[in-house]
Amino acid sequence: MKAIEAKNLSKVYGKKQAVDRLHLSVEAGELLALLGVNGAGKTTTIKILSCLTRPTAGDALVLGHSIAKEPERIKSCIGVSPQETAVAANLTARENLEFICGIHGYGAKDAKQEAAASVEQYGLEEIADRRTKHLSGGWQRRLSIAMALITKPEILFLDEPTLGLDILARRELWEIIQSLKGKTTVILTTHDLEEAEALSDRVAILAGGRLRALGTVDELNKLAGKSRFEDTFVALCQGGTPHENA
Amino acid sequence: MKMLSFARRNRKEMLRDPLTFGFGIGFPLILLLLLSLIQANVPVPMFQIDALTPGVAAFGLSFVSLFSGMTIAKDRANALMLRLLTSPMKASDFILGYTLPLLPLMLAQMGVCYLAAIALGLECSLRIPLALVCQLPAAFLFIALGLLCGSVFTDKQVGGVCGALLTNLSAWLSGTWFDLAFLGKDLQRFAQCLPFCHGVDAGRYALGGEYGKILPEMLWVMGYAAALLLLAVILFTKKMRSDAC
Repeated sequence: MKAIEAKNLSKVYGKKQAVDRLHLSVEAGELLALLGVNGAGKTTTIKILSCLTRPTAGDALVLGHSIAKEPERIKSCIGVSPQETAVAANLTARENLEFICGIHGYGAKDAKQEAAASVEQYGLEEIADRRTKHLSGGWQRRLSIAMALITKPEILFLDEPTLGLDILARRELWEIIQSLKGKTTVILTTHDLEEAEALSDRVAILAGGRLRALGTVDELNKLAGKSRFEDTFVALCQGGTPHENA
Repeated sequence: MKMLSFARRNRKEMLRDPLTFGFGIGFPLILLLLLSLIQANVPVPMFQIDALTPGVAAFGLSFVSLFSGMTIAKDRANALMLRLLTSPMKASDFILGYTLPLLPLMLAQMGVCYLAAIALGLECSLRIPLALVCQLPAAFLFIALGLLCGSVFTDKQVGGVCGALLTNLSAWLSGTWFDLAFLGKDLQRFAQCLPFCHGVDAGRYALGGEYGKILPEMLWVMGYAAALLLLAVILFTKKMRSDAC
């Protein structure tokens, strides 16, 4: 079953073509990494697919619903963890989790239960009742992802989830993300090659708003004729015709 | 439920900021006390407690405007807004969620102001709750101004526009600190076209028992509040869309 099917998606900001005729298909339960340098169109792609911004042209079906016609249906089935940590600063970690449940329509009792379960599941006990503005970047990012997951979304969008984290915090987050494989469709943007290689089922390489290549790391290495993924990434970003039919 | 959860979060965000309490409730109380002391030494009709209290109560509301505007502007600049915009909340949930927590806060603020005034000599009567009701349109006016500023400006700009300009403008042109006639005819007419002095006068007439004069003053403020609220809703909705891009 397809979780996402994007057809000919484009987004233009003024004179800048942020996303250019993107065709993309993602299977349910798959972890797809959108890999590219800064300005490649990764975040814009996520914003379009999560109904934050409308495409200039094209459409995408997310869980069978059109992003142009049924954004409200889509919003109730997705979770988003933005690039910067997205938490309410004066609320405790537990209150943040309950708050997200509340704005997704959960009753107070259910919200408390789900928050307690999330605290346990993501190892947040130590900081659960501390205000988030006093937490370290690593804890805030972990909480941010727990907030994106607490409503059990069918699709999770993670925009640069480990940006600015130290090695240990990054590894801990990787474990959480890996535990979602097969259960939740995850679209993850990154410019970290190691992260894309370690976590994803498939990698979509974006450059200049266009999809340059799509496949598993082995398939992409083979396509570029390289043995190291870094060389593959550089070769695919710099040259070749864009991938038209993902 | 979604809106109430959002409103609850906004209430906590505002109440957990010590500045909100310090300025929102403390500063008007200090002013009330200071001006009453001046009145005790150098009697001025303007600073008699029944004339002063509605003015200080309305002045305090401008600080809530400032803090609500800053909360909205900060949210807009924060990645949390992106998360909220991908939730199933509608524009109406956002607007009510920002507005509702302010009402009890403003009522409490005015209540504290009137209670302090009783301690300073204001006659305790049923005219006090009536004055509170008569000043409710002013509360809506300042809510609308906060929503409007928070939608249009950054949090730093809100600090300047609401913190310096709005609080001062609403105070000077409200007839709280001095008789508007001191401003000269043109400026007096200008001040009377604005809603601030009418918001104060509605409370003064209620306290003074001049009931026949209350409604026109309230209607004046209500008209401004409704127009500004409508404008704020339009701009907020528009900004929400453009900020997401």
